[in-house]
Amino acid sequence: MSAPQLVFSWHDWLSLFAHFLMLSMMSLGGAISTTSEMQRYLVEGQGWLTPAQFGDSVALAQSSPGPNVLFVALLGWNVGLNNGSVTAALSGVVIAMVGIMLPSTVFTYQVAQWAQRNRTLRAVRAFKQGMAPLVIAMLLSTAWLLGSSGGADLDHWPLWLLTAASCLIIWRTRLHLLWILAAGALLGAIGLV
Amino acid sequence: MSTQPLPSPPKPSGLATDLRPVPTSCTDLFVSFTLIALQGFGGVLAVIQRELVERKRWLSNEEFIEEWSVAQILPGPNVCNLAMMIGQRHFGLAGAMSALAGLLAAPLLVVLVLALVYARFADVPAVQGALRGMAAVAAGLVAATGLKMSAALGKNVLPLAVCVIIAALGFVLLAWVRVPLAAVVFGLGGLGCVLAWRRLTP
Repeated sequence: MSAPQLVFSWHDWLSLFAHFLMLSMMSLGGAISTTSEMQRYLVEGQGWLTPAQFGDSVALAQSSPGPNVLFVALLGWNVGLNNGSVTAALSGVVIAMVGIMLPSTVFTYQVAQWAQRNRTLRAVRAFKQGMAPLVIAMLLSTAWLLGSSGGADLDHWPLWLLTAASCLIIWRTRLHLLWILAAGALLGAIGLV
Repeated sequence: MSTQPLPSPPKPSGLATDLRPVPTSCTDLFVSFTLIALQGFGGVLAVIQRELVERKRWLSNEEFIEEWSVAQILPGPNVCNLAMMIGQRHFGLAGAMSALAGLLAAPLLVVLVLALVYARFADVPAVQGALRGMAAVAAGLVAATGLKMSAALGKNVLPLAVCVIIAALGFVLLAWVRVPLAAVVFGLGGLGCVLAWRRLTP
């Protein structure tokens, strides 16, 4: 699928910014846990990115050093590029990163102090404990959506096998992630997956 | 916004007898977190623990686990939250922003350069294949993180069966039915919090 040709009005930029602002407060367990919602909005809802562009952004950020949240910068970058200029791409980076970071940063800064002082409070403990199962569900569903971005059907079984194998290795061993990423890149480059 | 540093129980401020190393300045925070971030391929958690606890000894292991649990339940990227909390404790708002900037600035440049390089070679089948392979591994990494964290459910105040039902239902709603995240967080997450509240003794 070729990239969409977009012409953003200020209203579109604002919608993009507002969406990341909202997702920022939803990103319990890390920004990566809101990936499914971002894909729903950017790819399926608005059609601003192709599924491949979305998947590539996440994969590039994962294979690059730094916090995983940087995939959001690449999403903004690609939405901007689809508008046809590097200036728009850089605007996309700024809008996406400020959007995803600002609310959670302000909130965390305030609440961290309060939670530290009141960590024995019943409500604080109930929140920590009650959210735990859902945080795991969010991570697993994100993995599912990332894994099925190449196509969910059985024709892609080598990709699914690679995902399952790397999951097992990372879960059960202490092998450095870089080796597994390199192996995945190699298998893909020679056309095995 | 308050610039009061967090009170840190094992390290009362002004106690000269404490020999625990601390970050010496905002520059120290910025440089330290830049170096940590640049080592963290595919996630920074493992590196940040090794650097802060074992090498720099800014935190004990127990403190790290406690801080991490708070960083994890607050919205926002976990490592960013953690860096901010540490920076804030020592140098207030300036410290928090220095730590956060250190974690994000250099890696942001790296990832944008990678994206530019990738754009030049995006049509080469081998490059597309490599990205496809790395995306499959990335999906495995996220799943593995979820599985690692699920070990903590055994110690949850909710019965394991309830945890598994909530987690499974959440997965089906998010991944297969594609219900918006906000509805699931407030509905299913709220249900979990209420159930946990009822089981916790006041």
